[in-house]
Amino acid sequence: MKAGFIASEVWSGLRRNLSMALSVILVTMVSMFLLGLGLLAQRQADTMKGYWYDRIQVSIYLCTDNSLQPNCQNQAATDAQQQSIESQLKSMPEVKEVFHESEEEAFNRFKEQFRNSPITGNVQLGDIPQSFRVQLSDPTKYAVVTSQFERAPGVASVQDQEKVLKRFFQIINWITGFSVFLAGLMVICATLLMATTIRQAAFIRRREIGIMRLVGASNWTIRMPFIIEMLVVATMGVALAVGMLWVGLRLIFNAGFNQVVLNKALIGANDVWALTPWLFGGVILIAVVTSVVTLRRYLRV
Amino acid sequence: MIRFDNVTKVYPRSTRPALDDVNVNVERGEFVFVVGPSGSGKSTMLRLALREERATSGTVLVAGQDLGSLSARKVPRFRREIGAVFQDFRLLPGKTVDQNVAFALQVIGKPSSAIRQLVPETLEMVGLEGKGKRLPHQLSGGEQQRVAIARAVVNKPQILLCDEPTGNLDPKISLDIVHLLDRINRTGTTVVMATHDADTVNQLRRRVVQLDEGHVVRDEQHGTYLAPIGAATSSPPSDPDAVEDAEVAEEIGDLDPERFGGEDR
Repeated sequence: MKAGFIASEVWSGLRRNLSMALSVILVTMVSMFLLGLGLLAQRQADTMKGYWYDRIQVSIYLCTDNSLQPNCQNQAATDAQQQSIESQLKSMPEVKEVFHESEEEAFNRFKEQFRNSPITGNVQLGDIPQSFRVQLSDPTKYAVVTSQFERAPGVASVQDQEKVLKRFFQIINWITGFSVFLAGLMVICATLLMATTIRQAAFIRRREIGIMRLVGASNWTIRMPFIIEMLVVATMGVALAVGMLWVGLRLIFNAGFNQVVLNKALIGANDVWALTPWLFGGVILIAVVTSVVTLRRYLRV
Repeated sequence: MIRFDNVTKVYPRSTRPALDDVNVNVERGEFVFVVGPSGSGKSTMLRLALREERATSGTVLVAGQDLGSLSARKVPRFRREIGAVFQDFRLLPGKTVDQNVAFALQVIGKPSSAIRQLVPETLEMVGLEGKGKRLPHQLSGGEQQRVAIARAVVNKPQILLCDEPTGNLDPKISLDIVHLLDRINRTGTTVVMATHDADTVNQLRRRVVQLDEGHVVRDEQHGTYLAPIGAATSSPPSDPDAVEDAEVAEEIGDLDPERFGGEDR
């Protein structure tokens, strides 16, 4: 069979069944967009994990005169207490690096970080206590540090950033799970819609099919236009989904977050391109399998 | 060329066989009328020969193939040896005469050079030269049936099966169509025509096989139409195949245009 003839059959088929073709395009687009969103969120989480686990710190805040924690007994930490904590930290094998942040340094860093925020004016030197920033060689071992220093003299509190991050990553996991779940539902919708579309297209073209069977056209000749039609609309759907993911990432996500601290820890267009072949491959597989199964079921010799 | 040996066909959900132990042998180059009242099994016979249906028992041999053992994969190639014409023409309303005839060749993968040669040649043979650019609805019924015949024979089949080809046409036009079929027969094509049309049968005086309630009740060379035996219909009802169609109507998914009916577009 001539390629030109198949192409003209596909074109006339799409034109005659335009509304169904459009709905397959849209449903495929939404399902692949959601799937892509879920997968991108996961990649973002992975990227961030790597970024943060390199920098993860346990902060040991020391007492100030105003500390309310019972451990402080209303006294600022003494120099001796401070030195004892520092030397203990340095002797621990779990600790990779220790860095002391004085009250001035803490104040300056705060002012820099929140320079655009009105609350800066209310915070004064001394409100943020001096602290030890501890970098762990294995970020999961933070419990050792916490338990050892929580009740040490002069320590107001021990804060572990991993706890905050854990929560954050958990939220990302939920987002991923939810969008992949929705994407799964939409893929089911897309598959059923493709099957219905093929049945409808076959019904619209029942005369042609009847004549094709009568004059001895092979099964593949009869089925090929349907399969190609599905491939065309499904591919258009994925292409639109990839386009939306790219635009969303570049214009909304990256442009929105690039100003903030995280810029090294963000996914970018490359991550969309990395997903693209999988999305296309998956949709093409679904389209071909659905077409072949539906046609086998509804177009007998 | 076509041979039915003890063929019985019982449709699902039907108790009475549509064909009951039928034995018929059609030689190469013959012209055979199949006559009989509605529901006597004429269409079933043609459907079996086209392998639209399979016999419940017995052997159907067509063009050297045993249709009982012919695998589904080989059916398309088998059907290329057979042309078929129906009462309702079955033309594609959106395609011109040329395109309708060419379609039969395109879908079996004929090169376009052959198509460009065969289509006008065949249209001239059926008497439609110069009408290739028309759409079916711009033609008379007789002309539409000529297009259908052109489509059926354009690939030069060994056998031409005609199911009530004149059922929708008035007597004079009917005779023209049968003379055209006769001409095609004289070029060596075996023609089997199921019909209710007494005039045409009596005019041509060819072999007549008469069916009644699924049995062959007469098989006569140079026969005439003769009145029906069992049922009392001598004039064709508006849709003589209605009874059999109701019997063969299966699940909605089966895409036989005849079973869906109705117009597209």
